[in-house]
Amino acid sequence: MRELTYLEAVREAMSQEMRQNEDVFILGEDIGVYGGAFGVTRGMIEEFGPERIRNTPISEAAISGTAVGAALTGMRPILELQFSDFMTIAMDNMVNQAAKIRYMYGGKGKVPMVLRTPAGSGTGAAAQHSQSLEAWMAHVPGLKVVQPSTAYDAKGLLKAAIDEDNPVIFYEHKLCYKTKSDVPEELYSIPLGQADIKRQGSDVTIVATAIMVHKSLEAALELEKEGISVEVIDPRTLVPLDTDTIIESVKKTSRLVVVHEAVKRGGFGGEIASVIAESEAFDYLDAPIKRLGGKAVPIPYNPELEKSAIPSVEDIVAAVKETLNHR
Amino acid sequence: MTSLINLPAHLKRDDLTDLLKQMWQIRFFEEKVDEFFAKGMIHGTTHLAVGQEASAVGSIAVLEERDKITSTHRGHGHCIAKGAEVNRMMAELFGRTTGYCKGKGGSMHIADVEKGNLGANGIVGGGFAIAAGAALTSQMKNEGYVVLCFFGDGASNEGSFHEALNLASIWKLPVVFVCENNQYGMSGPAKEMMNIEDVAARAESYGIPGKVVDGNDVFDVMNGVSEAVDRARTGQGPSIVEAKTYRWKGHSKSDAKKYRTREEEQKWRAKDPIARLRDALIQEGLLTEEGATEIKAAAKKEIEDSVEFSKQSPMPTIDDLMEDIYA
Repeated sequence: MRELTYLEAVREAMSQEMRQNEDVFILGEDIGVYGGAFGVTRGMIEEFGPERIRNTPISEAAISGTAVGAALTGMRPILELQFSDFMTIAMDNMVNQAAKIRYMYGGKGKVPMVLRTPAGSGTGAAAQHSQSLEAWMAHVPGLKVVQPSTAYDAKGLLKAAIDEDNPVIFYEHKLCYKTKSDVPEELYSIPLGQADIKRQGSDVTIVATAIMVHKSLEAALELEKEGISVEVIDPRTLVPLDTDTIIESVKKTSRLVVVHEAVKRGGFGGEIASVIAESEAFDYLDAPIKRLGGKAVPIPYNPELEKSAIPSVEDIVAAVKETLNHR
Repeated sequence: MTSLINLPAHLKRDDLTDLLKQMWQIRFFEEKVDEFFAKGMIHGTTHLAVGQEASAVGSIAVLEERDKITSTHRGHGHCIAKGAEVNRMMAELFGRTTGYCKGKGGSMHIADVEKGNLGANGIVGGGFAIAAGAALTSQMKNEGYVVLCFFGDGASNEGSFHEALNLASIWKLPVVFVCENNQYGMSGPAKEMMNIEDVAARAESYGIPGKVVDGNDVFDVMNGVSEAVDRARTGQGPSIVEAKTYRWKGHSKSDAKKYRTREEEQKWRAKDPIARLRDALIQEGLLTEEGATEIKAAAKKEIEDSVEFSKQSPMPTIDDLMEDIYA
């Protein structure tokens, strides 16, 4: 099978969807000739034209609301937000409008829109262009939240997100954009709410999201050298969350480490830990659950400081060993 | 004798009496709601449009059936003018399952998406971009409908106003922004909250027309909005129409109105848009005293009936709580 980068996979999912569904269009800042801040929409305006690859002014509040209005009246907009940090400006429309309209209207009306946005640190862009705010969105009833870690997942999940009749926040980790995996040429869908076991193991379960999936797999390879067998689960979607897969894994391994890049305090790791603490898997635990997340600090510019603000492979290795050494 | 009414050419006598009936329906609906709040019979809060009947009715009277509206937190009048059933509106305020939102939305969220009412909105300025988005759908799908976006003087100080008007202007979206300048944003007098006399003057900075009309003269509203709707429908883009009017009641039920004088209230009450229309129709020989009395009585009865309908409607059950979060 051919390999695609994550970025190409995202683009391919959108292009293939747009070829088969006239209602799908993209709006966002600089997505036209420029090709988007990260080049995701590069070349799309040539095929689909400026009506459907719709360049917007720098107006996150307006374009997010416009997507809501278009979705409510029969279109399936994909909104590209240049950086997930700008969610703060689009927040009202996503949280107060998109997420609630169906419920507030007594089940009438639907908002089938996808807000795609690059998240995460590692590019030296500092505190206003590097955040991981997915826990905010996962907290809001009415939104679905997707965080693919591989090119294969990105294509299939984006297809599912576009087909959703509900608003979906689709987080693309910037450092994942250049990663590659086998991606089928045909359009396929990965259902939201289905975790993926990225690596089978028997001694400890790691639940990791986005770029931390890659770091966890790296850590698992290191640990394997010492005879430690690590299972790595990628939930892929935070809402809906596939709790069954996580619970079953913990029942098998009896140990859980949760890893995400977002700030640990109030982060989604707390939710995953609670799922286990409230489930029958609790009785299987042989060690306290370990959570790894970003430090409670704005992401700094200096590369060494930036790296140290979030969990590293070494941190994950250490956390796994700590749970294994617990008695 | 010169005509007292500046009549839009296409209007027939039946249409004229419909205008009067709708305005009375709004008046009686709001007065009934006011009474029920005072008695503690319905809960939450509400924002009454007593005194603003002409801007709602006059604006929507020039729309076609297929056209859409977005409304504000003071939206009962817009809903009635767009053809909402008062039974279902009142039932919503009573929190019953027969209400427009099955009792989950309340006063600020009455919507009827299928009939082109895209919803009242609890967020000041929340409708600007949604209206633009609905207009974008009309433009992209070539559906030919126009969107009428109601907003208040206070909302014109929100960022979303600027962003959405700019967007609508550059894309020539078929939307008309109707400002109901009722002189106050909650307790803030418009003249203290902006350094210009007319909200319509802001149109100039978006390169679109802005027009001021007498918001207590239903015909002046109709003529102004009609012109803007024609412009929108023929692909010439958005406009602002500012209807100068006044809310007789406070901002919401908890408002003691300490920020304004009784003299000011009396001055505006003397400009009652309903009495004005009624008297004009009689003086023009288009309506008799008896005819007017009949219309008034019919409107009143409909509201009385809506109360009975609501009282007899079922309450939602706890099983309904989690319904309709997602499509």
